[in-house]
Amino acid sequence: MHDESQRPPHYLQPLLPTPFHPRARALSQLDSFVPWSGYTTVDVFTTVEQEYFAIRNAATLYDLTPMVKYRVAGRDAARYLNRLVTRDVARLKLNRVCYCVWCDDQGHVIDDGTIFRLGESEYRLCTAERQIDWLLDSARGFEVTVTEVTEQIAALALQGPTSCAILKQLGLVGVEQLKPFEVGEFVADQLHVTVSRTGFTGDLGYELWVAPGDALRLWDTLMTRGQSRGIRPIGSRALNLARIEAGFLAPNVDFLSAERTLRFGSSRSPFELGLGWLVDFGKGHFTGRRALLEEQRRGPHRQLVGLDIDGNKPAVNALLYADRAGRKEVGSVSSAMWSPTCKRNLALAMVDAPHIDVGSVVWAEIYLNRELVWERRMCRARVVDRPFFAPDRRRATPPADV
Amino acid sequence: MSAVQPATSYDCIVIGGGHNGLVCAAYLARAGRSVLVLEAAAQVGGAAVTHEFAPDYRVSACAHILHQMSAQLIDELALEAHGLRFATTQMPTSALSPDGDSILFGPTGLSGSARLSPRDADAYPRFIERLDRFARLLGSILEQEPPRLGTTEWSDRAALLGLGWRVRRLGRRDMRELLRIGAMNVYDLLQEQFESPLLQGALGLDAVLGTNFGPRSPGTVLTLLYRLAAQSGAGPRALSQPLGGMGAVCDALARAAAAAGATIRTDAAVARVLVENDSACGVLLESGERVAGQAVISSADPKTTLLQLLGAEHLDTGFVRKVSHLRTNGLTAKLHLALDSAPKFTGQDAAALGGRLLVAPSLDYIERAFNHSKYGEYSAAPAIEITVPTVRDPALAPAGGHVISAIVQYAPYALHDGWEAGRERMADQVIEVLERYAPGLRSQVRACELLTPLDIERKFRITGGHWHHAELAFDQFFMLRPVPGAAQYRTPLPGLYLCGAGSHPGGGVMGTAGRNAARHVLAKAS
Repeated sequence: MHDESQRPPHYLQPLLPTPFHPRARALSQLDSFVPWSGYTTVDVFTTVEQEYFAIRNAATLYDLTPMVKYRVAGRDAARYLNRLVTRDVARLKLNRVCYCVWCDDQGHVIDDGTIFRLGESEYRLCTAERQIDWLLDSARGFEVTVTEVTEQIAALALQGPTSCAILKQLGLVGVEQLKPFEVGEFVADQLHVTVSRTGFTGDLGYELWVAPGDALRLWDTLMTRGQSRGIRPIGSRALNLARIEAGFLAPNVDFLSAERTLRFGSSRSPFELGLGWLVDFGKGHFTGRRALLEEQRRGPHRQLVGLDIDGNKPAVNALLYADRAGRKEVGSVSSAMWSPTCKRNLALAMVDAPHIDVGSVVWAEIYLNRELVWERRMCRARVVDRPFFAPDRRRATPPADV
Repeated sequence: MSAVQPATSYDCIVIGGGHNGLVCAAYLARAGRSVLVLEAAAQVGGAAVTHEFAPDYRVSACAHILHQMSAQLIDELALEAHGLRFATTQMPTSALSPDGDSILFGPTGLSGSARLSPRDADAYPRFIERLDRFARLLGSILEQEPPRLGTTEWSDRAALLGLGWRVRRLGRRDMRELLRIGAMNVYDLLQEQFESPLLQGALGLDAVLGTNFGPRSPGTVLTLLYRLAAQSGAGPRALSQPLGGMGAVCDALARAAAAAGATIRTDAAVARVLVENDSACGVLLESGERVAGQAVISSADPKTTLLQLLGAEHLDTGFVRKVSHLRTNGLTAKLHLALDSAPKFTGQDAAALGGRLLVAPSLDYIERAFNHSKYGEYSAAPAIEITVPTVRDPALAPAGGHVISAIVQYAPYALHDGWEAGRERMADQVIEVLERYAPGLRSQVRACELLTPLDIERKFRITGGHWHHAELAFDQFFMLRPVPGAAQYRTPLPGLYLCGAGSHPGGGVMGTAGRNAARHVLAKAS
């Protein structure tokens, strides 16, 4: 299936299949596919609810091959990455992963992603958007090569409470010793798998990285061995619910890349996204540092916060007000859901200062469609800590055998 | 140099002892700062030097006419008291045609053997008068620190308002005309004003000398006005030839700076700008020596300063992107000929020979010369500005000998076949063209040197070998020069400043960038 000669020309097939596509196609009951970074991927296999509960109660497979991957290597790789992102990459040890953001000169976030340290001076940068131009322009003056390797690596997220047990059953000896944000190489049944204890669900889980040629074998083995532990493939919709509970930001939903915004004031700094903890002013220069120092000195105008909203109706796209009467607008919701696990009505929202501290109260204007009759509700929303859902099992090493 | 006690730390370190670096150093030292100038070469001057290109034959290495240094600067720094003399001032210009006729542009108007139509004769003075009015307006911004756009600071807004007011004060007719022609190309403007191709060619050459433009390139009315603006600021010393060549200007500047207390070191190439706590704190020399300084002010070109000496790691990616996109390739070559006797240009008397001689018989001639450069070739028939400096300054050559100094348009930085093979061929080609205007020239040549943009880059450490460090064009002009974020002489790194030709108002032997930068540094510190 990876035979280039059999592929139609790219203009006749603008969306590519991932190496897992044959299995995904076969298991999709709704034929619900969505484009993601040039690939066709599953939105929902069966029902969102089934898939969501599998994340929290069993194990799930999610095809994350379309996530953009760059190989960053060379003598200056660490210095290069440190100048690129706001976090101190020099402290990232071998076989460790860190979450980070990078900014433009104005200190506005271009993208978020993860950096894997795979060798002494070899790293992998996983991003939501393609941005080779920015990465190469950042490489000027550094001895480093940046290469896109998205197509050379097939990736599956295995997430859920039984995920570790399934990997052990596959024969990945010692996989239970992987700590959160650790990477390891494993061989089972002649299958070479790179495993990182990372994910987008806020739960116990792993991400598995293999050569595209091994993709189907990995999928089949996992589905067979994991059957008794409730494994099932999931689409983007269920994952989105899990990531809101985990308090993770989704690019193009909760923020836009500063490289893509057109209107003045629509790009966001790490402080505004509540990611100030990722900014390390002590590590030396990085792009956006001077602008961010200035912003820190000035104090925040607005910030992305977690909201716990009265009632059980998701506050999708709701405007937020300072008062119940709705006289003063102070922000808007970017992600919202009723959380079946937390039994709370959750949202991520951009809120103006001074309503950004935990404990602040704002009012959400929620529209309800009750059998084609629209109703408007003003619901009290409290600013709360993120993540909303953080079970101990996501950090426990070794994870409980279930 | 004055006997200052050896200091290990200076208020100001100036990188580069070219004219802008020296001007900046002189003003800083006069204001009481301790100043160290570090020049990589064995002598000060940068590209504004007099160099011996053949035994006992000396010539200004790049620019050969001083036409832009403001009278105010020369007086303030008392350069004449420090030894600056002029071999001649207000040099006449002769536009040569292949048939031997010429137009002479003198201080009093047009003369010469070429027949001018009554219409041209009538239009010329009015045209020049009007351009002079525009040039004086432009001249008022040359000595101004460019405002920043999009700030809320009063000084930036006041500067923009002031500029608007000065345009408005031209009066309705002139303002309308300035707005009409401001962004035009000089070809179209001269076509509508004049009939004589020779007259058009001479005026057109002034607009494109030292640039990457042909007469039909957009923005060439701006470059013409820019030249006239600086020229009008130079007053009675405009179009002059310093006695002893261009190096004499920098020697006088160095004496002025030293007299004010600045220390000048030659053979002291800077390797890095040192950074501590996100601030420039000194420099590291190629010798390994470190010198501490509160402020580091660089007259090197912006790419050298920011990408080589400082390094991208101290700058934001977007800024580095802008700096590396700066157009810095030169397109101008310099030809030096050592002659055993005076050249004989057809129809030119001794007075004309002591002035500027232009080979640009029509606008199309220049545009055709430009065409080659677009494809990595040198011009088959180049446009040339010639001076014979030995007419007014015989000491530049052995007795009886003469020097031809010619600015040749166009020679691309990256010649298709490479300059190793091309240099001699091009020099030969230029001599052949010159011989059409000065028969027998070839037999008088004893030695010849051609400096291509690549040579200028290597010899004078100017990235791309552009005389102005960065192209003078609308997108690299005033508040966009060299790039937004560094157009007010300060760089994003606190303590590091730019004072070279890459900053407003740009290059040519003008010194205004150095003077403006010094003023900025002084205002910053006080």
